[in-house]
Amino acid sequence: MTTPAAVSVRWRLRQPSVIPGFGLTLGFSLAYLTLIILIPLAGLVWRSASLSGAEFLAILTDARTLHALKVSFGTAFAAALINVVFSVVVAWVIVRYRFPGRRIVDAIVDLPFALPTAVAGIALAALYAPNGWIGRLLGFVGIKAAFNPTGIVIALVFIGLPFVVRTVQPVMEEIDREVEEAAATLGANRFQTVFRVLLPGLAPAILTGFALAFARGVGEYGSVIFIAGNIPYVSEIAPLLIVVRLEEFNYAAATAIASIMLALAFVMLLVINLIQAWSRRRYGHGA
Amino acid sequence: MAHEIRRFRSPTTEAPLARYGLMALAFLFLALFLILPLAAVFIEAFRKGVGEFLAAFGDPDTLAAIRLTLLVAVIAVPLNLVFGVAAAWAIAKFEFKGKAFLTTLIDLPFSVSPVISGLVYVLLFGSASMLGPWLKSHGIEILFAVPGIVLATIFVTFPFVARELIPLMQDQGTGDEEAALSLGASGWQTFRYVTLPNIRWGLLYGVLLCNARAMGEFGAVSVVSGRIRGLTNTMPLHVEILYNEYNFVAAFAVASLLAGLALVTLVVKTLLELRYGAEIAAGRKH
Repeated sequence: MTTPAAVSVRWRLRQPSVIPGFGLTLGFSLAYLTLIILIPLAGLVWRSASLSGAEFLAILTDARTLHALKVSFGTAFAAALINVVFSVVVAWVIVRYRFPGRRIVDAIVDLPFALPTAVAGIALAALYAPNGWIGRLLGFVGIKAAFNPTGIVIALVFIGLPFVVRTVQPVMEEIDREVEEAAATLGANRFQTVFRVLLPGLAPAILTGFALAFARGVGEYGSVIFIAGNIPYVSEIAPLLIVVRLEEFNYAAATAIASIMLALAFVMLLVINLIQAWSRRRYGHGA
Repeated sequence: MAHEIRRFRSPTTEAPLARYGLMALAFLFLALFLILPLAAVFIEAFRKGVGEFLAAFGDPDTLAAIRLTLLVAVIAVPLNLVFGVAAAWAIAKFEFKGKAFLTTLIDLPFSVSPVISGLVYVLLFGSASMLGPWLKSHGIEILFAVPGIVLATIFVTFPFVARELIPLMQDQGTGDEEAALSLGASGWQTFRYVTLPNIRWGLLYGVLLCNARAMGEFGAVSVVSGRIRGLTNTMPLHVEILYNEYNFVAAFAVASLLAGLALVTLVVKTLLELRYGAEIAAGRKH
């Protein structure tokens, strides 16, 4: 494309094309995006910017806010870790093994994407509450799995599961069998092949899955509030605290907490993009 | 010899014991976190028999919630469908500055907590906002009314159709369209008879996921709805109200409808992937 003509072309918004409709479709897309997403989000940023630094700091260092943020981040982190371990096993079983009903198992992994969060919330609460099927069993061994942070972790494991499986699975499918064969002929046993040859190649996908599950978990609301017990300072998540402050008409506090969470969501988005760029350089494929 | 052959194991798979162990672990995990919760919804809904289950749908508030959920989906999904097609056309068929940035912006709603997706509209239209007093004096209700619920739903389901179509249409390139145009088709004819048949299954796939989320959205809608029974209560919000009133059978009965919708979505989605995998595959790569 480095013909003299291409070089001499002045800076332009788009490359020439015979296909019509650029102005119409881009114009409509931008207008819709601006009205529905950008203006409302800008409103949130503008509102939080109108708070003075001292006000902002006072809201964020409020003990209840700090606890809620700690609960949200802590439980989302724990749930994402649990998901990384088990979802890699699930993905491995789906990709590598042949068994009856494999397609159904593969399809059911997407259930948390399709099931409304409130439905998941009441179902998990019914199961893991002290008088629920699983809650009763756990009670015998002295574990209380609902109405405390453990319950939140359970709900977030449910929500995050498909994020990790669906990020790791396609990369696992692409693994070249020759790599494993080479490792085996060089004398590695299966354990060494898996942990020192295969898993390092999957690391970017696993990290991306972790980040996606974590980011989703921090903001999750519907599936958590039924099983969490929602006790301030103990099992109250940050999104719920936003709702509580809104119901008190404390817009300043709701806005401040929301803007912190939004900023973090952007940081996570950036981290995910960085992992993928690193993965493309290092392994030649996106995670 | 036969003895040795039987004991031979491929070096690129695990020992049977490890294999069954991993499978058992995976199935146990999926059972505890996916299958049992799904089963619990239906078991709790029918705990007191079919009569009690059906009685839940005799409640006019429940019927109003179902109607509102359908109404919201009927408005939100087509709007996001039109947007998704338009955005995918602009992004996939043309090269222009800022394309990557625009694609990132379209995905933005997926990174925002549902509660914040509702909150932004409260800040925009609420009584404490700049627009609030003006809206009130003109008798326009957005918050705690249907328009607010529709807006919040559009926000959270915004990327579904677009992110399905963009990679698909990028993979398909512009060759077919250029051929049609050079043969004298108009722009609209090209889209209608060339592009649309190429993307129909991917489009259906995106609409399916968009609809599932639109009907099931809870967090964003709960912030803007005000939860007025019979008026601004969608099905997921109605589930919450019934549950908090300890009316468990009715709560799980309404929830079982939503779970049924989720199952139908999963089945259709799987069928689409099996039958038209190649025509939607581009969208499945990420």
